[in-house]
Amino acid sequence: MQTHQYDVVIVGAGGAGMRAALESSKEARTAVISKLYPTRSHTGAAQGGMAAALANVEDDNWEWHTFDTVKGGDYLVDQDAAEILAKEAIESVLDLERMGLPFNRTPEGKIDQRRFGGHTRDHGQSAVRRACYAADRTGHMILQTLYQNCVKQDVEFFNEFYVLDLITDHDLTTEEIADGEEVNATGVVAYDLATGEIHVFQAKAIIFATGGAGKIFKTTSNAHTLTGDGMALAYRRGLPLEDMEFFQFHPTGLAGLGILLSEAARGEGGILRNSEGERFMERYAPTIKDLAPRDIVARSMANEVREGRGAGPNKDYVLLDLTHLEPAHIDAKLPDITEFARTYLGIEPYTEPVPVYPTAHYAMGGVPTNIKGEVLRDGVNVVKGLYAAGEVACVSVHGSNRLGTNSLLDINVFGKRSGRAAAEYAKTASFHELPEDPTVRVVEQLDEMRNRPDGERIADIRKALQDTMDLNAQVFRTGDSLNAALADIRELQKRYRNASVQDKGKLFNTDLLEAIELGFLLDIAEVTVVAAINRKESRGGHYREDFPNRDDANYMLHTMAYRRPTAASDQAEGHVEGYFDHVEEFDGYKVVLGSKPVVQTRYEPMERKY
Amino acid sequence: MTATLEAAAPSPAGEIPSFTVTLRIRRFNPEVSEEATWEDFTVEAHGTDRILDALHKIKWDEDGSLTFRRSCAHGVCGSDAMRINGRNRLACKTLLKDVNPDKPITVEPIKGLPVVKDLVVDMEPFFASYREIMPFLITSGNEPSKERYQSPEDRAKFDDTTKCILCAACTSSCPVFWTDGQYFGPAAIVNAHRFIFDSRDEGGSQRLEILNDKEGVWRCRTTFNCTEACPRGIEVTKAIQEVKRAMITRAF
Repeated sequence: MQTHQYDVVIVGAGGAGMRAALESSKEARTAVISKLYPTRSHTGAAQGGMAAALANVEDDNWEWHTFDTVKGGDYLVDQDAAEILAKEAIESVLDLERMGLPFNRTPEGKIDQRRFGGHTRDHGQSAVRRACYAADRTGHMILQTLYQNCVKQDVEFFNEFYVLDLITDHDLTTEEIADGEEVNATGVVAYDLATGEIHVFQAKAIIFATGGAGKIFKTTSNAHTLTGDGMALAYRRGLPLEDMEFFQFHPTGLAGLGILLSEAARGEGGILRNSEGERFMERYAPTIKDLAPRDIVARSMANEVREGRGAGPNKDYVLLDLTHLEPAHIDAKLPDITEFARTYLGIEPYTEPVPVYPTAHYAMGGVPTNIKGEVLRDGVNVVKGLYAAGEVACVSVHGSNRLGTNSLLDINVFGKRSGRAAAEYAKTASFHELPEDPTVRVVEQLDEMRNRPDGERIADIRKALQDTMDLNAQVFRTGDSLNAALADIRELQKRYRNASVQDKGKLFNTDLLEAIELGFLLDIAEVTVVAAINRKESRGGHYREDFPNRDDANYMLHTMAYRRPTAASDQAEGHVEGYFDHVEEFDGYKVVLGSKPVVQTRYEPMERKY
Repeated sequence: MTATLEAAAPSPAGEIPSFTVTLRIRRFNPEVSEEATWEDFTVEAHGTDRILDALHKIKWDEDGSLTFRRSCAHGVCGSDAMRINGRNRLACKTLLKDVNPDKPITVEPIKGLPVVKDLVVDMEPFFASYREIMPFLITSGNEPSKERYQSPEDRAKFDDTTKCILCAACTSSCPVFWTDGQYFGPAAIVNAHRFIFDSRDEGGSQRLEILNDKEGVWRCRTTFNCTEACPRGIEVTKAIQEVKRAMITRAF
């Protein structure tokens, strides 16, 4: 075992983690711990753009952007946070440009902008050019630029280190903690993949920037490594997860593969068609058609397929038509995604429409934070020294459905904010004592998994999980389908306790880490489904066929899910009889749901029409 | 409600049926033996499966100890560069049907970097070269209050080299790098090019000086291996030539 001491420890080296590191490493001794080399992070797979009302190509302002974000999230957005997001977007894009990011340019040499789903002028009048972009590899450019600046600033990285535990000075899973009582995050425990050694990082401030959990689904745009690690660790340590029932299905995944084809394809003029060649989005969103927000487009596509108008031999996908666009235009603006169609499906987008179907893309929910990035342990109180930013976090700027280009924005705005806040805090805080053996839980878990002689294969359990999530908790959900998913997850949690790995070695044991990651996935799927069962309404990315309408009277609240011991109370903070009162018991613990109010400032909830 | 392209149903990719394929994989585990060995695995594959799918099938169904890096699985993160039938490629971007699945497909770690385990190499020397060429925008004076302007023409001059994902396919395909690990290698030069030809940058002469070193651009023998290896289609050799030309024409 090795121990380290840093003022600030950042977990995750994607966009949010590195943006935070650029701030905190200027002010405080900072380490970034990442399970991947930083440039492998999934920020690099983001394509279309980053929203900011620069008004470089047409009239625009941050207030319109705020409104679109709130409406896009079906009014479950915290409006104070959305306003910060839209206001600070402008400086965030300029920051990146000054760091060297090679944006596409207007003829005058300014940052160019293009249209994207749900971004409108004057509160929904028509689509607006707000997405700043670099071809269809904006995320790649952001990731590279941030890493380049980390090299410039000599940021210290621990690459291919897996953080497997969060240490706090109170056990939030069992102790009753009074309102206002101080709870501190004191360190993390990490596993060095190359050597198999355990490292303890003691820190004054810790930032979780671990990304999403798309691998709970089978069809996903997410990387193999997006297994909800940070969310699951926080949850296991007794912290709540917020709004986990809201998962975004991106409309245009390559059919059968889930590989992302950017919404920029539609921003640049691409059209979705059904088997009859009809531009069906005209029926579902008459004003902005193919550029409606993702939840609406994904549902419309799935509905076309369900009603028998799907394309292909099995009528199970729709078509993304770019054939009316000039090949030169496609090459200039959409080079990567058209290459994906050629490489993986053998389709030539110049002349043939591309088969597409919704793909699990983004977790709107996550570890709850306030606007400084501080992690909440309930509706009000923070954990001192603990921050979260990016997809792992729920601020909430995305509400029940995130707009395209708002996630590259989120990681920059809230990465920067959390990095600054953490460094500021670390300057005045002192180190807190760690428990006598902080590694005990991790070592036990790893040894148990490694030493179990013969058990079921990890991959079989993971596949069963992903299958049931795709079947029962995807674009369309019902109480029955969700309960079926939960029954499957219970069974899989049991099977997981008897699973084993074949690689028993110390060095670069990815077999072992995949097993640990599956444990995270199961926990995240479980809480996602429990929250979805409880929310008996349809809003944003969460569509219940048995409750097809939005129900503001009863559900205009954030879901807060806690894992508690079986003996604990069935009522969590924000308990609302009949609405936010669901409890599910498992072997050895239970999931208890409460709620948190939505922050409303200037926008009254309206019907969401496009 | 999941669209499927399983082999049972004809796929839009041109109806390629299932087939069996043998992967001949270079195995190395220093905890077991100091010697690397070849091991054959035969798996069932579907029409659009990639090398990465076959590797996963082996790892998940047959031998959990098979070790390789991967993340995004669609050619943008740069984790899974490996030597496939003697050529550097990304496992997630190489379809089995395109590498003659009738014969065993050889899969080895990329060359010139120390092998850690099976297909995993130590990437540190590669990233060390990258860091040496100062891969970041260098400017002087006050930051502008808005963005720096750059014409679309100026932006186009370095577009190709911004595509690099640091997978090391180019550098580890270079015969000069194989024999001399001190050579900066194509990837570092590509990333230097990305800044040398950026109109906003003022660090060009420093980078050119670094690359004028005896382990710099002049060691390039123009074999074009790097250009052929690049999974992003970057014209690597052309970029290296442009850096050489800049060295001759720019005074520093």
